[in-house]
Amino acid sequence: MSALGLYNYEIVIVLMMTGFYVVIRSPNLVKKIVGLNIFQTSVFILYISMGKVADGTAPIVMEGARAYSNPLPHVLILTAIVVGVATTALGLALVVRIREAYGSVDEEAIQKQDRVG
Amino acid sequence: MLLGFLVVIALAVVRLRNLFAAVMLTGIYSLHAALLFISLDAVDVAFTEAAVGAGISTVLMLATLGLVGREESRPRGRGWLPLTVVLVTGGALVFATLDMPRFGDPNAPVHTHVAPRYIQDSPNETGVPNMVTSVLASYRGYDTLGETVVILTAGIGVLLLLGGRRRDNDEDEGPR
Amino acid sequence: MSHHIVLRVVAKLLIPLILLFALYVQFHGDFGPGGGFQAGVIFAAALILYALVFGLDSARRVISPDLLRVLMASGVLLYGGVGVASLLLGGHFLDYSVLASDPVAGQHLGILLVELGVGITVTSTMLSLFYGFAGRGGDG
Repeated sequence: MSALGLYNYEIVIVLMMTGFYVVIRSPNLVKKIVGLNIFQTSVFILYISMGKVADGTAPIVMEGARAYSNPLPHVLILTAIVVGVATTALGLALVVRIREAYGSVDEEAIQKQDRVG
Repeated sequence: MLLGFLVVIALAVVRLRNLFAAVMLTGIYSLHAALLFISLDAVDVAFTEAAVGAGISTVLMLATLGLVGREESRPRGRGWLPLTVVLVTGGALVFATLDMPRFGDPNAPVHTHVAPRYIQDSPNETGVPNMVTSVLASYRGYDTLGETVVILTAGIGVLLLLGGRRRDNDEDEGPR
Repeated sequence: MSHHIVLRVVAKLLIPLILLFALYVQFHGDFGPGGGFQAGVIFAAALILYALVFGLDSARRVISPDLLRVLMASGVLLYGGVGVASLLLGGHFLDYSVLASDPVAGQHLGILLVELGVGITVTSTMLSLFYGFAGRGGDG
């Protein structure tokens, strides 16, 4: 157990850094939002992993359950997912408007236009 | 096992230049995350993740791609600077996890403060067997009210940005 | 879209089931997994499926964007209204115990109403997000 004890957290960090890499490396604004989504999901997995109790069951009262997993992280992440999709949509809406104003969603093309204008 | 799949999918998203395929892969990524949540006892979260991640956010991303084009240009410059930043940050975070309590440890600090009270008292105090629901709506009602307002605000923002005045197609510069 | 007959038939079969399941998730959320957020997104997903298969215009006829705007706000108002009601009945803001004679019944009622408010807001916001994006493209 102790050797595998941190496996979840390490994977979360790998996923988080993958998303982070996409955000800072990709010139495309839509791809950046995809990267942010990967990052966001890795944070969800981090929280849910923390809430897990060994031998526990889902936090719904029932007969014969010895231990329940922690309901608090579930609540936080449940709302975070729905808020996350709403904010993602806001970001995508901004991308659509940027595309209409500049004719491109490529970061460098946009910066070039800004320098000229 | 599922976590390994998640890493593979995330890396594939990094490599893909075709945004359409990348968005479809994020949908699959979300479904995998939902499966993972089920195995970690978070059934409510898995529900939401499956419906939101694989359903709604994928559809919204595809709709955006239809508006802005689906190919990504090759990034200019060398990739070593972002890669270094990412590796250093990741290294620091890995170092930080060494102090984390082990996975599934019932004595971790997360499980010793408010959670036992919720688990013991919520069925008697609220008469609701699903603790996620009772904590969400009752004990943390203020938080949830705030979250709902955030969703409303984001919706209003999108409507302000995209709703209302619709442009004619020939007014747009560039092909759609 | 008119030639996708398999899609249309399957969608017609599935959409009522998805809507029913969403209602089940909404109102059974106290006992099993479920609640306002989950039910809201499932409900919205069913209507988005309808819009994708049958076209945006027919979806707009089913639920108009103006109605959605009203619903978005009224969900939050219902949530806040429950809080104010408990305030007027002598409790704290969002303290549901005073809503009924029995504290446990009051909690139950409060949770049900609040989840309903969340569900309404989430459904209508998700749908109007979709309308916003799809309406921009012109064809949906």
